[in-house]
Amino acid sequence: MKHTISVLVENQPGVLARIAGLFSARGYNITSLAVGETEIADISRMTIVVDGDNRILEQVTKQLNKLVDTLKVNDFTREKYIARDLALIKINCETKRRPELLEMVKVFRGKVIDLSPKAVIIEVVETEDKLKAIIENLRPFGIAEMSRTGTIAISRGKK
Amino acid sequence: MKKTGAQIIVECLKKEKVEIFFGIPGGVLLPTFDVIYDSPVKFVLCRHEQGAAHMADGYARATGKVGVCIATSGPGATNLATGLATAHMDSIPMVAFTGQVATHLVGNDAFQEADTTGVTRSITKHNFMVRDVKDLATTIAKAFYLARTGRKGPVLVDIPMDITRQTCEFRYPENIKMRSYNPVYKGYQQQMKKALDYITKSKKPVIYAGGGVISSNSSKELRAFADKLGIPVTLTLMGMGAYPADSDLFLGMLGMHGTYYANHAIQNSDLIIAIGARFDDRITGKIDEFAPKAKIVHIDIDPTSIGKNVIADLPVVGDAGEVLKELNKLIAKEKIKLNFKKWHEKIRKWKEEGPLTYKNDNKLRPQYVIEKIHEVTGGKAIISTEVGQNQMWAAQFYRYNYPRQLLTSGGLGTMGYGFPAAIGAQFAMPDKVVFDIAGDGSIQMNIQELSTAVQNKIPVKIAIMNNGCLGMVRQWQQMFFKKRYSGTCLKEGNPDFVKLAEAYGAVGIRVNTKKEVVPALKKALKINNVVVLDFRIEEEENVWPMVPSGKPIHEIMRGLA
Ligand SMILES: Cc1ncc(C[n+]2csc(CCOP(=O)(O)OP(=O)(O)O)c2C)c(N)n1
Repeated sequence: MKHTISVLVENQPGVLARIAGLFSARGYNITSLAVGETEIADISRMTIVVDGDNRILEQVTKQLNKLVDTLKVNDFTREKYIARDLALIKINCETKRRPELLEMVKVFRGKVIDLSPKAVIIEVVETEDKLKAIIENLRPFGIAEMSRTGTIAISRGKK
Repeated sequence: MKKTGAQIIVECLKKEKVEIFFGIPGGVLLPTFDVIYDSPVKFVLCRHEQGAAHMADGYARATGKVGVCIATSGPGATNLATGLATAHMDSIPMVAFTGQVATHLVGNDAFQEADTTGVTRSITKHNFMVRDVKDLATTIAKAFYLARTGRKGPVLVDIPMDITRQTCEFRYPENIKMRSYNPVYKGYQQQMKKALDYITKSKKPVIYAGGGVISSNSSKELRAFADKLGIPVTLTLMGMGAYPADSDLFLGMLGMHGTYYANHAIQNSDLIIAIGARFDDRITGKIDEFAPKAKIVHIDIDPTSIGKNVIADLPVVGDAGEVLKELNKLIAKEKIKLNFKKWHEKIRKWKEEGPLTYKNDNKLRPQYVIEKIHEVTGGKAIISTEVGQNQMWAAQFYRYNYPRQLLTSGGLGTMGYGFPAAIGAQFAMPDKVVFDIAGDGSIQMNIQELSTAVQNKIPVKIAIMNNGCLGMVRQWQQMFFKKRYSGTCLKEGNPDFVKLAEAYGAVGIRVNTKKEVVPALKKALKINNVVVLDFRIEEEENVWPMVPSGKPIHEIMRGLA
């Protein structure tokens, strides 16, 4: 099962390598990893999506906690949370199919963020599942390039 | 007053009350060594950085204090790596300093540059590169704090050369607090009560204790706990000495080369109380068939050790010493008295059925040599070991009654560990007899440290169990690969160890027969110098008993004995 884990870490040099190294050395599978600043300047949040059974997840969270630079580890799968992925999708769409494409983008609440004679760039912010569906629907138009972030997540409620 | 980075390093050592450190200088360490020249902290020049790391490690294991070593950038740092990994696997408190190329050169493939923090990240508890002289003192203080707290381990501080020349006010932090690092020492009261519940309900309990008991200095508490309740104790290699070998309740070591009775006790027990041990594969054998009838109470300071290899019915996160103290209090308060007579009886039968023994004939056998080392040292020596058969014989046949008596690379199994570790221990304990029990293969991995020992008049005794081969590997080839001794024969290339010792200014003694053993040992003890004892043992002697890898531990082969 996939788990979304949030890790708050000291923003120290090497901390990303430490976390990535932990996953590779122990053979855990990372589906995605996203890093960014938090509301506190010297703390970063890593959102890691990892695949594994409960036993592996227990080890993953313990091992992450054990790292000296780790402040807090949350396995969101056990609580209410909101998660989003961002994708930028470039489509080389013939002009005559554009209305159809734009309709599709609208249905999926995407945004056209760039238009040129040969290409349309679409921005979609969605959950991972939905994003997958959108991409499948866009494929027939001819996806030239795609760039995606990993999942980022935040818990619901006060804190 | 302002101090240079180099001066700050030495000031920090003084603040940490470091008595001694081991290492080798190099280009980027020149400013630092210039300060070391006048320093009251003793510096020991080694002949290889691996030796320096193991000396710091041996010093740490023998004393419980933080061991310190220093190496130059690039090759100096990479040479430390094996020593760091060895200490890391066995949770030994150490601080390693490495020189680094100047900050403006870092990342440029400069002369003698290696990405030291990158290379050592996974073989240290933590590491730092100092990027500003203002952070130097705090970083070093953090390194010592991390090394000696929680689950202990080696911490490396990488210091670029320009930092050692820059100056700033020196202020050593009195207290280190790290918001991201808060080790748990005290166990939850609730869990400890439950642990006692498990114990009172059990009929066949076994205590399985490891290096955590030694690391937390709690062998007294372990002894009180086991003796009060009458629970038999088996120890891991790392735990030897945590409970006295001479006690009736002692079962010896368990696992691959454990005793017949320890393994049977574990396999038949209904409760295992694991204390500061981590269910390593050398202990459990085939994991699905390990202690099939037992509930497991697992006490460990490191939550990742719990539930990693076996699932604990009752996890207790905490320092072994703190938890044992608390358990002992509860036992006294609730006046718990238990009777495991039937279980003791059963164990006594296994002890009779499969004692730890060997063929005691006229041949020169290593087990006999080790028993005699025990005898002539009154059981009070510090024993270090190399790796292989020598290590297992040393664990089986020297009876350890005190903690910190056996220094051995348990987790990593590092050949070449024993001799430098013995030197480190002897520096710490000048009045003790220190023996390195070695193999003719392993001893050659750090033999150059004879130089360090002789130069510093460190009278370590080396007992080489010379079988002319890489014995442990050969044993497996004999048993499982039709005696095809591939890449394990040393004999034709071995040096004359007596002459080799003499060449270094040490003393060499050759022992060919059984009756020469005791006189040779007695003679060696009288010599206030390094002595290399070359015991020409039976070449095809094997370590028994043995559980072939992948088998459950009750399927133990007892061999010839
Ligand atoms: C650095 C290192 N290299 C290789 C090994 C693999 N190994 C384990 S035991 C052993 C043989 C050790 O031979 P020796 O030191 O002569 O000891 P003996 O087993 O004969 O007592 C070897 C090669 C190891 N443990 N460490």
